[in-house]
Amino acid sequence: MSDKKSSFTKKDSLWGYIMVSPQIIGLLVFVAFPVAMAFYLCFTRWDMINPPQFIGLANFKSVFIEDKDVFWKTIYNTFILLAGIIPLTVICSLGLALLCNKQIKGLGFYKAAYFLPMVTSAVSIALVWFWLYTPDFGLINSVLAMIGIKNGPGWLTDTSWAKVAIIIMSVWMKLGYYFILFLAGLKGIPRTYYEAAEIDGASSFYVLRRVTLPLLSPVTFFCVVMLFIDFFNLFDVPFVLTRGGPAYSTYTLVIYVYNQAFEFFKMGQAAVSSMLLFIVVATVTAIQFALSKRMVNYDVQ
Amino acid sequence: MMSSNKGKTLIRHTILILVAFTTIFPFYWMIATSLKPDDTITNLQLFPDPIDLSHYPYVLQNSNILHGFLNSTIITVLTVAGMLFTSSMAAYAFSKIPFRGKGFIFACLLGTMMVPGMVTLIPQYILFSKLRWVDSFLPLIVPGCFINAYGVFLLRSFMISLPDSYIESAKLDGCSQIRIYRSIIMPLCKPALLALALICFIGYWNNFLGQLIYLNSEKNFTVVLAISTFKDAYSTQYGNMMAASTVSIIPIIIMYLFSQKFFVEGIALSGVKA
Repeated sequence: MSDKKSSFTKKDSLWGYIMVSPQIIGLLVFVAFPVAMAFYLCFTRWDMINPPQFIGLANFKSVFIEDKDVFWKTIYNTFILLAGIIPLTVICSLGLALLCNKQIKGLGFYKAAYFLPMVTSAVSIALVWFWLYTPDFGLINSVLAMIGIKNGPGWLTDTSWAKVAIIIMSVWMKLGYYFILFLAGLKGIPRTYYEAAEIDGASSFYVLRRVTLPLLSPVTFFCVVMLFIDFFNLFDVPFVLTRGGPAYSTYTLVIYVYNQAFEFFKMGQAAVSSMLLFIVVATVTAIQFALSKRMVNYDVQ
Repeated sequence: MMSSNKGKTLIRHTILILVAFTTIFPFYWMIATSLKPDDTITNLQLFPDPIDLSHYPYVLQNSNILHGFLNSTIITVLTVAGMLFTSSMAAYAFSKIPFRGKGFIFACLLGTMMVPGMVTLIPQYILFSKLRWVDSFLPLIVPGCFINAYGVFLLRSFMISLPDSYIESAKLDGCSQIRIYRSIIMPLCKPALLALALICFIGYWNNFLGQLIYLNSEKNFTVVLAISTFKDAYSTQYGNMMAASTVSIIPIIIMYLFSQKFFVEGIALSGVKA
């Protein structure tokens, strides 16, 4: 910070604390304390009716061993969805942003159009996608039939295609947000770099690889971190489209926690799986930050 | 050279328009299907022919959507108001007032964004059960008012770029920090505040999971919950389902179309400053 401490008094410092206190209270009451409590819950049996009983590691056993078919399937599903949604979103939104990086007519329209899915509730628009995905007379399969693919996939009723359906809808919803972020990042790259490369006779592919992408890496990093965090909060889309079915094929870790807690009221087991969720997010984010030191250039020189 | 440029532009715009088509089309399809008579729905014609408005009264009679609008508005407006107040205060303090531990506290606040919602949801639910706040709006409003790391982050980024000289001269005139916050900083932040308000409005309005677990009686249902229960009950009546979706989405979309510039700028701001 600057050395302007001379004009700020101790009284100002006090006001500083007062002004941040609501957020800090919120942090402690609604985040820190719940996380600690979730940790405690992992070792209890609590169904919300009887008082909690301490049962040591029994919950871990229930989740990882007794429930293993559903649980490991859940991990597998979560991984597949992640591997589908994150790269696809980055590639599509970055690609679109690159296409929009020049002075083109209608940019305002494109921005408005791409961002539109973000403002709607997944619940409302999921009804539409549900209808689009209907195997027999949904629009998607009908269009596929027109181009010669009869017997299109069962989409939401098919154990493999349901995941694809969720990936498609999720990418569709998130595209606009990350498109805006990438576009803003691209605008922040000074023209001088492009001009220098042009003078040197570089091809546009070379410019992309050696100039644009490296200079964009802070934004890309931010987007990937946000995508991961976003993904592990993804509830609406799988819940409304498939409720985790068919046959648990779209059962994600988030839905697993929800069901344990609010369908079966097994708070202890839900806590265990939610802590797992937390550990995964924290680990992935930490790895990303560690990798960023090597791969992200903040130094625009 | 000229024709290859024209070719490139054509390809560029073709791709962009195709993508715009995929983002807009589901909405068109929703409205179109909601206006088709039931027996023509499976024909999948592009335009409704004839136009049948009967799905809409049916939806309004057989669901709680209208009452849901009232509930959603109350919850969302109150939460946004509280959130703006606490976030902007904290953002001002983080950006302009030196105090010990500021960096550490700010880092902790940002760290909360990394905590998956599910982890805090269960203990929060237990807490609110004990307080007997379940089946009321309180669990949805109170946390949102007290913690919003994204909001603090966004506003702080904006406030940092405000010149210190305004504050210096106000202090020379003997203004308290509260006065500075209220009379100088806030008016200057209007665009950022508006962008944040819009982004959070959408977020709170569409907070399906929170509403799902905390609102149990039908009289408390929000728009989003009303739609969800409608889907469970009428899932094969596509015309009615699409009408329900349309009713629930149209107000938000209208709001979006009028204010979309602010959304886009607000999000761009948050990304660049990261």
